[in-house]
Amino acid sequence: MNENTTTTGTGTTRVKRGMAEMLKGGVIMDVVTPEQAKIAEDAGAVAVMALERVPADIRAQGGVSRMSDPDMIDGIINTVSIPVMAKARIGHFVEAQVLQSLGVDYIDESEVLTPADYANHIDKWAFTVPFVCGATNLGEALRRITEGAAMIRSKGEAGTGDVSNATTHMRQIRQEIRRLQNLPEDELYVAAKELQAPYDLVKEVAEAGKLPVVLFTAGGIATPADAAMMMQLGAEGVFVGSGIFKSGNPAQRAEAIVKATTFYDDPDVIAKVSRGLGEAMVGLNVDEIPQPHRLAERGW
Amino acid sequence: MSGMPVIGVLAVQGDVREHVRALESAGAATRAIRRPRELEEIDGLVIPGGESTVMDKLVRAFELRDPLVTAIRDGLPVYGSCAGMIMLADRITDGTSDQQTLGGLDITVRRNAFGRQVDSYEEDLHIRQLGPQPVRAVFIRAPWVEQWGSEVEVLASVRPLGREHPVAVRQGNLLATSFHPEVTGDHRFHSHFVATVRGTVVA
Repeated sequence: MNENTTTTGTGTTRVKRGMAEMLKGGVIMDVVTPEQAKIAEDAGAVAVMALERVPADIRAQGGVSRMSDPDMIDGIINTVSIPVMAKARIGHFVEAQVLQSLGVDYIDESEVLTPADYANHIDKWAFTVPFVCGATNLGEALRRITEGAAMIRSKGEAGTGDVSNATTHMRQIRQEIRRLQNLPEDELYVAAKELQAPYDLVKEVAEAGKLPVVLFTAGGIATPADAAMMMQLGAEGVFVGSGIFKSGNPAQRAEAIVKATTFYDDPDVIAKVSRGLGEAMVGLNVDEIPQPHRLAERGW
Repeated sequence: MSGMPVIGVLAVQGDVREHVRALESAGAATRAIRRPRELEEIDGLVIPGGESTVMDKLVRAFELRDPLVTAIRDGLPVYGSCAGMIMLADRITDGTSDQQTLGGLDITVRRNAFGRQVDSYEEDLHIRQLGPQPVRAVFIRAPWVEQWGSEVEVLASVRPLGREHPVAVRQGNLLATSFHPEVTGDHRFHSHFVATVRGTVVA
């Protein structure tokens, strides 16, 4: 446990990380209206992510992307009984303060929004509400945990419907964890230096063979098979952004992705739920996105 | 009984791994339960923490609900934490419109009774049946018991504004807590439950 760990009352490390443990095996869905939030809840979402525009629209429309309107977040909180998450810009600690005051259950300090600080992420220990952050590799995940993140999601490339970066990032994180497990103890010091992460945290991961927080996947998941593949690759749960409400039949697709996430290792179930879902979201190949427009490269 | 009791953990969603670890430390073998036929192999069941609305939908969609209801009625020992307590409650307030429970415990639960995640907290509770050391109770968007029948034994309660709300209850072979002993490393609840399972297997 980190030295910043508090031990009593609200907002303890155990309460924050524990909340993410309870979401495991579940699907967290991006929603932009209370109506969509209700559809997500009815389909079996374990939580909803309230935001103003889904990543596919942020990508298409461009401009600066920020925290959502508090009225919209209130509307969603009042509509569903499952946990409500919301996004703050990287480094924008006041957006995070506002989201905490609105009573959101988890804050996503997200590269999908335009960063507010290109040097510092939010000091997440300063909050009672827990944070989830994106990562493309183990060092990035451990830096976010050092700053107080209580949950990590692999970044993938949001708003594309192209799962290739999600697999790359998940494989990368898992591979680096396996490498740490196999290192002799006296090589962990250099490993920590190379990962640009604190030695104690690196040692903890080497011993446990996993992050000290829950690891979900995100960024490009559009089908039940995508979700199941990410679970087989070691994700503990799934964020689906544009993949649901940019598809032909959101309610049915949402339900299918929920079922495929639970039965991720059962191809018969995945085949059954994949039938007759209609149009998937129109995809965008990550390769065709010019480098400066790739969201995963925001954050460090 | 000879050998280890086999305890299933309902594995449709939630903190399955933490319960598996706690049960194995308490001397049980475990099985993940997602299909009706898997219920045949087990002597007891844990319903983990998670999102009760999701568990309800998935046990119905995958035809686990009726076999679970029957098994509970026939005396299968079951321990539920948080969402698991909701699943074991006969009645629920503040559920979603179509939410069902498995039932078995003569209680009415209130979902998210303590508030939102910023109100989630931990504290020490004294539970006589588990010995003099307090239990660290971690409440995460937790439910509590609003009303309970005479058959229900209350193991621990909270008293916000002076009104008693049970957070750990027992009735026959069923045990439920609003909080999550599985995330604390203190396995006394799981040991207590494993002992219950051993008792029923002997009998």
